[in-house]
Amino acid sequence: MSRAVPAQSIQTRPIEAQAGETRTGETRTDEAQAPDSPLDEAQVRADFPILGRLVNGRRLVYLDSAASSQRPRPVLQAVERYESTMHSNVHRGVHSLSQWATEAYEQARERVRRFINARSVREIVFVRGTTEAINLVAHSYARAELGPGDEVLITLLEHHSNIVPWQIVCAATGARLRAVPVLANGELDLAAYHSMLSDRTRLVALAHVSNALGTVLPVQELIRAAHARAVPVLLDGAQAIAHLPVVDVQALDCDFYAFSAHKMYGPTGIGVLYGRESLLAAMPPWQGGGDMIRSVSIEETTYNELPAKFEAGTPNISGAVGLGAAVDYLERLGRERVAAHEQRLLELATSRLASVPHLHLVGTAAHRAAVISFTIDGVHPHDIGTVLDSEGIAVRTGHHCAMPLMQFYGLPATARASFAVYNGADDVERLVAGLQRVRELFG
Amino acid sequence: MDLKDLYREVVLDHNRSPRNFGRLEPADAEAQGHNPLCGDRLHLTLRLQDERLSDLRFEGQGCAISVASASLMSEAVKGRSRAEIAQLYDEVHAMLTGRLSHPPAHLGKLAALAGVAEFPVRVKCASLCWHTLNAALERANAPVSTE
Repeated sequence: MSRAVPAQSIQTRPIEAQAGETRTGETRTDEAQAPDSPLDEAQVRADFPILGRLVNGRRLVYLDSAASSQRPRPVLQAVERYESTMHSNVHRGVHSLSQWATEAYEQARERVRRFINARSVREIVFVRGTTEAINLVAHSYARAELGPGDEVLITLLEHHSNIVPWQIVCAATGARLRAVPVLANGELDLAAYHSMLSDRTRLVALAHVSNALGTVLPVQELIRAAHARAVPVLLDGAQAIAHLPVVDVQALDCDFYAFSAHKMYGPTGIGVLYGRESLLAAMPPWQGGGDMIRSVSIEETTYNELPAKFEAGTPNISGAVGLGAAVDYLERLGRERVAAHEQRLLELATSRLASVPHLHLVGTAAHRAAVISFTIDGVHPHDIGTVLDSEGIAVRTGHHCAMPLMQFYGLPATARASFAVYNGADDVERLVAGLQRVRELFG
Repeated sequence: MDLKDLYREVVLDHNRSPRNFGRLEPADAEAQGHNPLCGDRLHLTLRLQDERLSDLRFEGQGCAISVASASLMSEAVKGRSRAEIAQLYDEVHAMLTGRLSHPPAHLGKLAALAGVAEFPVRVKCASLCWHTLNAALERANAPVSTE
């Protein structure tokens, strides 16, 4: 596959023209495709420079996007352009760079708002990632709401980042953390959810999509039931944001939605907490510092408005710019087209893996994102991972930061292949061939 | 990186048919080993006679490297004194972390694990059993972590 690097357009334009630009780099995927046409796999793959490299002598087959996805050239270019032509601190100086940086940062916020259909940019708080977003809600919202006898309801399939923050605030407040069980196929036990939701429940915190199994939770039904009891709901959207055809916080009617840029083709170290404005407005700041204040004297501080109230200190500006570019990239590809592509890969991979002797899928929910957890009889997942790596195939092995779920299945670990927009049928075939090699070695 | 360096025949054989697998009852000491990263768990029991390790057994679950390493270790340390075991472990650890260009001949079959040095993330798998053995020798009952 040829990998021509597009001309460095940033050097041929006047600097002034770049500040505040919404387009972040030209790639061949800019060309509009008919909405119902399939994804052009070769074009998409060419957008991701890292996929051109060899690993252990083979073309890299990257099947670990649920841990962190790769970045396309428009994201890399947007970050570089920001760093090399606009960088300064935001919301401070009167000089031109500071204005451009502020504009770039705030435009990224607007793009995120549009992407998840929030009502206002005041509801979009930039954080380090999903983990920090959940911790913000745990400490700023839940800590004040919880007391002895109260309950926080989560599920057994949560990532540790949607378990531990609640354990910490429950321990501090005397509240109780309860986890809704899952069924053997990895779906949530809905009857148990409805019976565990009670007058004592103060908050529900749920994965939108399970990182370990790919299960897509019926969040609208779960949110309706919680709201019927006036219980707010936080969704951990880390695995959903780049893979579902749409994430619309108004349609979902969720109260908080957390996600990370690096799982949606953006940079690490930047993520988003969406919060319903009425909730965010009533919440105290979580961290104090610059940017989150209006005025400070030694005696007292007047806090800034939303969302700055929750963004103490100099933010990750280039990260936000990269996130904005990732949003643009996904929108240009078309989220429905991306989701349809990944569903086709999921179906193909599920049926092809069924042909591998002694392989067992872990989690077979009817509605899944393109995440496949599996085990092979007599072979530890760690060894599966090492053999696949020697063939240039990257999968995750281990407990996937979901130890309670692994305990439910009685497994110390699984191997997990997670698919993204840049994977194709050829990657599935490489995976199957790699697993045959595992069987040869350990059979 | 050659997979055959890591998964040598001896390693695959000891993974398929681990020696000294099981549990001694009664035992003079026991210890639990746990590698939280990959979920490997090891339970080791041993007997001492005249300050020598007269017998040991291990059970648990783990990757091929961790099972083979425990099996190979169980054969290598039987009948040895604490001091001899400590010295053996120093040499094995040097081999696993690539500090020996050639494993000395007296390491015997343990040298089959030399390939681990090329796979740094697997060093903990191979050393879990040794940490567990040391803990048992110190009569510690608390779980050992390689983290």
